[in-house]
Order: sequence, then structure tokens, then C-alpha cells
Amino acid sequence: MTSRVAALRAQALALAGRPMFREGARDAVPMAIGIGAWGIVAGVAMAKSGMGVPLAIFMSVLVYAGSAQIASLPLIAADAPMWVVWATTLCVSLRFMAFSFHYRPYFAHLPRPQRVALSYLMGDTNFALFIRRFPEHVPGQRYDEYFMGCALVTYGIWEVSIITGIVAGHGIPASWGLGFAGTMALLALTCTQLRSPSTWMAAVVAACAAVAAYALPLKLNIVVAIAAAVAVCVLIDHARTGPAGAKR
Amino acid sequence: MSPLEIFFTTIGMAVISLLCRAFFLIPKQDLPMPGWLREGLRYAPIAALSAVVAPELVLTQGHLIDTWRDPRVFGALAGLALYAWRRSLFGTIVGGTGVMLALRFGLGW
Repeated sequence: MTSRVAALRAQALALAGRPMFREGARDAVPMAIGIGAWGIVAGVAMAKSGMGVPLAIFMSVLVYAGSAQIASLPLIAADAPMWVVWATTLCVSLRFMAFSFHYRPYFAHLPRPQRVALSYLMGDTNFALFIRRFPEHVPGQRYDEYFMGCALVTYGIWEVSIITGIVAGHGIPASWGLGFAGTMALLALTCTQLRSPSTWMAAVVAACAAVAAYALPLKLNIVVAIAAAVAVCVLIDHARTGPAGAKR
Repeated sequence: MSPLEIFFTTIGMAVISLLCRAFFLIPKQDLPMPGWLREGLRYAPIAALSAVVAPELVLTQGHLIDTWRDPRVFGALAGLALYAWRRSLFGTIVGGTGVMLALRFGLGW
């Protein structure tokens, strides 16, 4: 048992010393203020939902998805059926599916348990920073180390701040604008992904669709927005490259 | 919901969330997929981020804001301008939030 702990410790220390791990960790630091602010807001919302501190912490550690957790709170408070909460979680988490599609070429060579472990740490911040750093997949880079550096810093900040919010609860007034700092963090991440006219188009179409379809239940507006943006961009790409689908 | 129900709801949420994140990483072989979908999925992440942000900026309690004097819109515009100028994530977050707070508390919007 002690030898396993020692081996794990040695492994962790070795990972922390890798240049790629350090680069990933460094890149995540500027996002800390946004993640921290949003984590506190999410924590306060969980505290106010009345589910109790232990369950709130349990959910934060296990689910590790701020938007899904916040979306679930009013449903849990309103005694909605379990499947409604799960369906909402699915709608909010669909974007992670798109992330995993993008990560595949970078991580496909790793053993499956490690791929699943990396998946658990996926989030908006990691993804945007990762794709900004590595827009194209070139074999031979230690992508997993960069990802872990970025993801562990993000995870640490998020868990500390959300648990702070859960425990501090009502002591943190809404007027501080912490929630807005979280939105600004997501806005900054969105900006990192605007690399071409088509991505601008995707962002604008999705934004309009998400607002227009906001009244839909189960957070379906996000699904509608993704579908609309993808459809419009694929159609435009095809119109530009010719109906035969000629590749650029 | 009772604590026990919340417990099971949480387990389900964790499983669903993890399955979504791992979806394309679990299979050994690439999943067969039509070309248009493969192409379209390139736009899904930016679309998703934008779809999460936009309602936060222009909706109040599910209704479109009906005044231009909304500090959030100007905060977001300031954040966008800062990003275009300095490409700084930190600057965008702090600047955008700063402008929003200045308008809310300074001008009482």
C-alpha cells in the first residue's frame, strides 16, 4: 500500500516537472479569476437551493460541470422527476461530446482507462486553451501532459471556489458581479475560437438561436443553437466549394 | 426531492456528463460518420460556447432586454474590444466585469 502511494507520488512529481505540463498549467492561470468567480456563484446557488452542504459538495466533486449543476437546481427544488434533470444534463453536456470529437486525434493512442480519466477533466476552459495552443494535430507531442497541466489547475480552482461558495452561501451578495465575471470568462474563451469567417458565422447563428429558443424546456435552446449553427456553416461551406463537395 | 433522490439524481448526472465527455474517446476505431457531420462538428464547440454566453448577456428572467441602458451589454462589448486589442483572457474578464460594475454602481443602471 505504502509502495503504491510512493509510486503514485513519484509519478505525480515527474508529471509536474514536465515542460508541457507546466505550459498547460501556466496557460490556465489567467483564466483563474473567471473560473473562481463562477465557481463561487455556482456554489452560492447550490447553497441557496437548500439541498444541504454535504450533497452540494458531493455533486460538485462528482459531476464537475457547472452549467449542468446550475441548470439542475431549480428542477431539484421544484421536485421535478429525475429523468427531467437527466435530460437537462444531457442537453447542457452535448457540447462536451463535440469537445471529445475534437480531442480524439490527440488522445486516440492512449490506453482507454486514461482516455476516460482525461474525459472526466474536460471543460470549456481546457478545451478552448488546448485548441488555441494546438490548432492542428501533429504526431509526437505530449498533448496529454499539456491537457493535464491545464485541467488540474482548472479543476483545483473550480473545486476550491465552488466549495467556498457552498459553505459561505448567503454571505456573498449577488451585486458583486461575480456571475458576470464567469460570463466574461466564457466570452473570452469564445473569442479564442473565432479563427475564420465561418467560425464567426457559427457564433452569431448560435447566439441568435440560443436567445430565440430560450423558452424551450430542458435547456433545448443550446441543442437548437448548435444544430442551427452547424447546419448553416456546412451549407455555406458547400455553397462556397461547389455542390460536388470538392475539398479545399 | 428527498436527499436520497438527490443522491441518485447526482449519480445519474455524473454518468451522463462523463459519457458525453468520453463519447468519441471510448471506441477503439473511429466511429463511422457522414462527411457533412464530420465537417459540421468542427463548428459545434464555438456554437455551444456562444449559445451559453448570449442568453446571459441579453435576457433578463427569460425576456429580451428592452433598454439600451443595460450594463451587461456594455461590459460584454468592452470585453470584446479588449480581447480584439490585447488578446488577453485575463484583460477581457477583468475589463468586461469592471465596465459592468462601473455602469451599475457609477451610473446606477
